[in-house]
This record gives sequence, structure tokens and C-alpha cells, in this order.
Amino acid sequence: MTAVPSVPMSRRDWLLSDRPQSRTQARLGRAYMTWRRFSANRLALVGLGILMLLILMAIFAGVLSPHSPVSGNLAGARLLPPGSPGYLLGTDEQGRDILSRLLHGSRLTLFVIILVAVIAAPTGLIVGAVAGYAGGWVDAVLMRITDIFLAFPKLVLALALVAALGPGIENAVLAIAVTSWPPYARIARAETMTVRNADYIAAVRLMGASPLRIVLLHVMPMCLSSLIVRITLDMAGVILTAAGLGFLGLGAQPPLPEWGAMIASGRRFILDQWWVATMPGIAILLVSLAFNLLGDGLRDALDPREAGQ
Amino acid sequence: MTLPETSQMVAGRSKGARARGRAAVVARFLVVIVTTYLGLLAVTFFIGRVIPIDPVLAVLGDRAPAHVVERVREEMGLNLPLYQQFFRYLGDALQGNFGTSVLTTNPVMTDIRRVLPATVELATLGTLIGSLIGVPLGVLAAVKRGSLIDQAVRIIGLIGYSVPIFWLALLSLLLFYAQLRWVAFPGRIDVVYEYTFTPKTGLFLLDSLWQRQWDVFRDVFRHIILPASLLGYVSLAYISRMTRNFMLNELSQEYIVAARAKGLSETRIIWFHALRNAAVPLVTVIALSYASLLEGSVLTETVFAWPGIGLYITNSLQNADMNAVLGGTIVIGSIFIAINILSDILYRTLDPRTRAR
Repeated sequence: MTAVPSVPMSRRDWLLSDRPQSRTQARLGRAYMTWRRFSANRLALVGLGILMLLILMAIFAGVLSPHSPVSGNLAGARLLPPGSPGYLLGTDEQGRDILSRLLHGSRLTLFVIILVAVIAAPTGLIVGAVAGYAGGWVDAVLMRITDIFLAFPKLVLALALVAALGPGIENAVLAIAVTSWPPYARIARAETMTVRNADYIAAVRLMGASPLRIVLLHVMPMCLSSLIVRITLDMAGVILTAAGLGFLGLGAQPPLPEWGAMIASGRRFILDQWWVATMPGIAILLVSLAFNLLGDGLRDALDPREAGQ
Repeated sequence: MTLPETSQMVAGRSKGARARGRAAVVARFLVVIVTTYLGLLAVTFFIGRVIPIDPVLAVLGDRAPAHVVERVREEMGLNLPLYQQFFRYLGDALQGNFGTSVLTTNPVMTDIRRVLPATVELATLGTLIGSLIGVPLGVLAAVKRGSLIDQAVRIIGLIGYSVPIFWLALLSLLLFYAQLRWVAFPGRIDVVYEYTFTPKTGLFLLDSLWQRQWDVFRDVFRHIILPASLLGYVSLAYISRMTRNFMLNELSQEYIVAARAKGLSETRIIWFHALRNAAVPLVTVIALSYASLLEGSVLTETVFAWPGIGLYITNSLQNADMNAVLGGTIVIGSIFIAINILSDILYRTLDPRTRAR
């Protein structure tokens, strides 16, 4: 046993110590390194900032909104341009404040993102980890199904699904989730294959762990970092698909302030009242961009193998 | 690469083993094709027959008398067990029989034949624009890595990935049509020409060129250029990013060092040696982006009133015309799958490393 140096360590040294005294210290140290790599990427920080802002907007939409998002002032405030007194971003054809609608719309955006991630990611993770760990015909069958779904045109399939299920934001979420799990399964399988024959898995197996326990506790955690990167990058596309469904009238139904549907209703006034359709589009662009930036940053920080590409 | 085991099996064996290995590759491709198409048909069957309220009601409306409903139910085969219905559906779909469109009262396949060329023309021009600009941009970004150009290409690409295309389409119409008058009103061709011009292939640009109708060509061009450029921008974002990756990979290879040592000019090294090798995976990327444009044109066509399969599907959606929606889905899905598989085969043919040595 080497003696612990008696010199008082700074917090940084403690985190970066190559001889961590506890699991917590090792974990915190790794997290610190990851954060350092991540925060060196300014654009990724911008992305993170935008998403924090989105979450704050969603939480405090009720407090921040100057007006009601669903009922407007039909008599006195129809189609006011941005900068009108009391209406920072202008109003729409029903005299509703666009800013208030955007603020409340952030809740719907978060709702879609979170639900899609909660449905699609575990599905893909389980399918991929089971396929990769089990191997043999289980692997062959599961991966064939995954590849079949991977070969489908996502947007068109989502359209057809929503057409059958009926329009609505829950059905839109379901349709997007059904079409977005296959890449996660492939990633999880690839990661599982690399750790399957690792020594630590053999050790756990010798200690008598059941296959279920091995997959759940020892294989799946290893897939998480690649999965998180991929999910973050995919969320940009999920937002665009959800907005597209909303634009076609298949997503959130009026009077819900869904951003894609807002663009659709502003479409009729685009020539004279450009702001009605423009503002929600900027919101979609920003959030989608934020996910792309964050995802790129996370990939460089969590997955050094792919960094530099 | 989906089949590394088989290609490795092929390497370094006797002639007979190699032929068997090749047969195994072909067999696996056939399995992939068959199961993927079956999957597509199963999913659309599920969407069309299992989920909806009642297909008979969708055809007849809810005021039809009971005996008519019963007769139609039997005609549609809905009284059969589900698996028999599926086989009927399979047989019909494989013959291109997707039923009748409630909206247009034509067979869905007839409708799709009419609208598909418009989408193909749009997506082809979009992919052309995307690759002709995207590939050079990606090469430049890789060569001048970290420079201002690299940053600019990255940002152009990021925005292309993040922008809602229907929104960009609306804004570009506002600018290029309403303000600048550079392009024509949404649609595919001016009403003036609609009756004087008889297209042969349905690809209006080629048809008008072939018939030397220059004024028609000009009009068609003014209609197609904006939606095609928008789709081109989306594919440019993807193509330039992948080109950059492939080129960075090639430029770090030893043969580049050897070429430099031989004293070849940098231009020659980049555009002939490196790009030629990067071109192999690029073909796959361009094929995939073409497939995604065929699909992605759904939203663009809606904004530009472009009479293609995307607009056909969305119009049918809004009128609960399930036969048309599913027919369109199957056709787009089939093309999508075909391009996917073709690009995979092409990749294997072009890259000698995936073949027997």
C-alpha cells in the first residue's frame, strides 16, 4: 500500500487523481474529464444553453406569457406586426399573442421529445442488447426485423400511421417512436458484441449472474453513451418530423400552440403578415439546431473514438 | 457493411468455395429483399386493416343499408380470417393492385403512375444540385480543415440538418416569388402551356427539351428550380458532411504520402487520387440521399403545390382515402428499399476490398 500523500490536494487534483480512493471519486473524476472535453466545444455549450432555455420556457410558460395562448383579442389585436405595444412578436389571425403561443408551444415540443425518447430508446436498447448477447437465431431474427424497419421511409410511414390512428399529438408521438427505434437497436447490438466476450462479463457469469442480470446491469450500461449521442442527434429530426406532421394538420390539433401547426395557419397570410409563419419556424430551427450542436459536442466528449472525424 | 462474415469467407479459398461463397452472398441478398418487402407489406396491411375503424364505412359512409354493408364486406374479403386477408392483400399488392381511390375514383396505381414522374423529376434535380455543390464543398472543407471555409461548410450543413423544410419553402416563396419575381407561382407548369404541351415521359424538363419547346422549358424551369434547390440544400448538408469525413479519412492514408513523395501536384492528389477512393462510399451516400429526397418531397410538394406523389399522399390523408395513402406508402417504400439495396450492391461492386482477393 502506498501512503496517501499528506499534501492537501486541490479539488481539481482530487478529481483527476490517477489513484481514486473510492468509486465515487473515480466516477466524479471521469465526469469531470468528460465535462472538460465537452465544454471546450463552444458550439455545444450554445446548444446546451438553448435547450436549458427551452426547458425554462416550458416550466415558466404560464408566468412568462403576457397573454393567453389559446384565446385572442379578435376585435382589437388581429395580425398586429411584431413590436406592437404589448405584443412583442405580433399576433396571429385570431388576435392571439405569438410570443405566448411560442412559450406554451415549448411544452408540446418537450412533450414530444421526451415521449419519443422514452418509448424508442428503451425499445431499441432492449432489442439490440438481447440480440447481441444472445446471438444465434435470436440475433438473426431480431436484427432482420430491425433492418426491415430501418429500410422504411420514416416520414411516409409515420404519415400512414397517423392517418390510420387519427390525427393528434399522442398518435404523432407514437408514429415517430415506431419509426425511430431501429438505429438504437443497431447501436446497442454493436456495443453489446464488443463487451460480450470481455473478461468482466466472464467474471460476472462465473459468479453466477443470470443472463437477464448480465444484460440489464452489465451490458446495457456500456451501450448508454453511444446511445445518448445518437438520441440527441436524432431529436433534431424528431422535432422536424413532429413539426411536419403538425404542419400537415396531423399532429397537435387547434387551438394547441404547436409550432408546426402555427406555421400552417400562418401560411395563408405569408405574403402580407410574414411574421405569423416566420416566428414559430425560427423556434423550430433553434431547438433543432441546439440538438445537433449538443449531439456533436457529446459525441466528441463521450466517444473519443469517433472524435476528430 | 452488413455481411462481413460472408465476404471474409470468400477470401483465400479454393475456386469452388469461392463460388459457393458468392452464392451465399446472393442468397442472403435475396433473403434481405424478400423479407424487407414482406415486412413493408405486413406493416401497411396492419396499418390499413387492423387499426382503422371500419374499412367498409370508409368506402360507403355510415348511412348505407345493412345488406349493402354486408355485401361490400364480403367483396372486400373482410369476412375471411385475418391471415387469409393478408394473403389476398399480398397477392393484390404484388400485382400493383392497391384498390380504388375514394377521392379520384381511379385505381390507386393509375393515379400513382400519373403523379410519380413529377416527384422523380424534382428529387433527381434536387440530388443533382446537392451533389454538384455538396461534393466540392466537402472536399474543400476537408482539405482546408479548421479554416474559415471548413467552418462555413459546417454551419451551412448544420442549418440544413435543422431547418424545417416547409418553413424554408414558405419563406423562399415569399422572397423569390412574391418579392423578387424570379420564380413562377407554385405548381409545375403554367396554365397557358397545360393544354398545348403533351409530355411523353412525364419528366417535363426532358420532354420540353426533346420537343424543342423552349418557352415551355423556360416555364417548367422557373417552376421547378426553387423546390429543387430547397431539396438540393437538404441533400447538400448531408453530402458535404459525409464527403468531408471520407476525404479526411483518405487524406490520412499512406498512399497520399507516397503520391506527395512522388511529387504529384496537390490538386491532382486531392481531386484524382483521394476523391476517387472517397467516391466509393459517396455513391452510397448520394443514393441514400436520393431515396430520402423522394420521401422528403412530401412536405415540399405540399408547399409548392407540386403534383407529385407527396402531394397525392397528403391530399388523400386529408380526405381519409386510406387506399391511396397505403398505395403511395408502398410505392415510396418499394423505391426506398430498392435504392437501399442497390446502393449496397453497388458499394460491394465498386469497393474491391469487400470482394474476394
